[in-house]
Amino acid sequence: MSSRLLSRAPQDTPGTWKSYVGLAAILLISAFPVYWMFVIATSSDEAVMSSPPALIPGDQLMVNLREVFTMQDVFFTASLINSLIVALAVTASTLFFCSLAGFAFAKLRFKGNNVLMFIVILTLTVPNQLGVVALFIVMNELGWNGTLLAVIAPGLVTAFGVFYMRQFIGHAIPDELVEAARIDGALTLRIYWTVVVPAIRPALAVLGLLTFVATWNDFQWPLITLNGTDFPTSMVALSDLASGNYVVYRRVLAGAFVATVPLVILLLLGGRQLVRGIMEGAIK
Amino acid sequence: MALTDVRVAHTEEPKHAPPKRPKFWLHRFDTKTFPYLMIAPFFVLFAIFGLFPLIFNAVVSLRHWHLIDKEKNGWVGFDNFTKLAGDSDFWDALVNTFGIFILSTVPQLLIALMIANLLNRKLRGATFWRIGILLPYVTPVAASSLVFAVFFSRDNGLANWFLSLVGFGQEQPLDWRAGTWSSWVAIAVMVNWKWIGYNALLYLSAMQAIPKDVYEAAAVDGAGPWRQLWKITVPMIQPVVLFTVVLSTIGGLQLFTEPMLFDENPAQANGGYDHQWRTISQLIYRVGWSDLNLGYAAAMSWALFLIILVVAGINALVTRRLGGGK
Repeated sequence: MSSRLLSRAPQDTPGTWKSYVGLAAILLISAFPVYWMFVIATSSDEAVMSSPPALIPGDQLMVNLREVFTMQDVFFTASLINSLIVALAVTASTLFFCSLAGFAFAKLRFKGNNVLMFIVILTLTVPNQLGVVALFIVMNELGWNGTLLAVIAPGLVTAFGVFYMRQFIGHAIPDELVEAARIDGALTLRIYWTVVVPAIRPALAVLGLLTFVATWNDFQWPLITLNGTDFPTSMVALSDLASGNYVVYRRVLAGAFVATVPLVILLLLGGRQLVRGIMEGAIK
Repeated sequence: MALTDVRVAHTEEPKHAPPKRPKFWLHRFDTKTFPYLMIAPFFVLFAIFGLFPLIFNAVVSLRHWHLIDKEKNGWVGFDNFTKLAGDSDFWDALVNTFGIFILSTVPQLLIALMIANLLNRKLRGATFWRIGILLPYVTPVAASSLVFAVFFSRDNGLANWFLSLVGFGQEQPLDWRAGTWSSWVAIAVMVNWKWIGYNALLYLSAMQAIPKDVYEAAAVDGAGPWRQLWKITVPMIQPVVLFTVVLSTIGGLQLFTEPMLFDENPAQANGGYDHQWRTISQLIYRVGWSDLNLGYAAAMSWALFLIILVVAGINALVTRRLGGGK
């Protein structure tokens, strides 16, 4: 009996009550900081400074939010709009350019296809963050520092996206389908639009989610290029909110909460796709 | 079948007017040149915003490059690197970076492995659990770091309250930011919280790809679940372990947001009053955009790049050796 039990692969072994207790604990730890962010965001100074600190939400959310949105030199409202513009622009462009390039690499015959694809994969290993000093100088020459362009332009197309799309298109679309469309006289761009795009919607959803999350959350480069301007992204505005000689926790975390809400909504709507994308070998 | 029907239909139309067939030059352009246009955006953008900055970084590091005080700007050879070698700020930051890196990477990957093992069962609501552990991954690092910054405050911080609950209440509340180790631990907690779920999913996906008969064969030896995990599962998912080790080395050694926002006044990029938790990325930011000395910051970037290359290489080798020994 016991050897029969053991001969099962783990994924066929039903979870015991211990597995569920463990998972519930992990979920609690995963959710607690976000929950507590909300607690402080809704609390008064007295509740934040009491001992033990507040653990259940208060009724000061509106008061705290008003302070966040009206604070001078933080530009919180504008920062949310800016983050939305940047994340949407980068996501849309990444989806378009990556799927176009992925289609070319997966289905079209041209000289140097394999070599060029190898170069794309090679660029995956280059840590971009290390070039920030020179990137800053490049943006200075272009006159883009301090504008949203400086944040949008470097993210317009990614090596990971090209690679991911090539893999997906390679599996999802039979060569015959492309050939048939060509015999019917369709040009490549038309095949892309009428054959490829409808077939890769799931992959577009996954890549779109990953890109949006990464772009919205990006901190270091936006801080470098946008800090001190009137056009921060919400992450830069958050660091402004937390800077200064006298920091008000409930205000900082009210801002942090507002900047987190869109992503929690995204997780609720697209969690399934996000899980699949990461399990298919996504990189950050 | 349908395809041949269409072709037959075409041949029956007048010969000198093939339907919808593009003109010769257009067809040629479409099949010969257009594919290059489709992949061009990636290469052009990568060249401008990825490759060029990396190479140009080397040029900058060999120059005195000050943003405001431009009079002394010019070639200085390896002066920036000589200065770096004797700069205690740099070496202190390197020690901090490594300390935080180890505290945040080792538990991260081990716990992720445990969680993946927990998820690698026949579970009710499997998707629900998987989505749940991704909450830290989608939460902005800036936001979660600020939460933890409050969590680890000395007076009335939740961390100290939890400590007192489990019997570690002290006369003096623990000042997490004051000590070297305590500040490293606090920052490591932030990194661990953020990345454990993500890595668990990577491990889980590799675990589910292991052929089931591997386990059936091992059951003859009477391998229990624990032995099963370490003797079969872990060696079988070694490529993914290697991948996560390299990935977290690259990410961990460039740690920036967490130490930045742990500071009581982030704009200063101090990393504590005695710089006890200032990482290299933070120092680069400070030198480059506070002191405005871009040449020196570029030299530091190159040094960090080489360090990452070496450490990632060593870690990859060690991981492979450990896995191969089984």
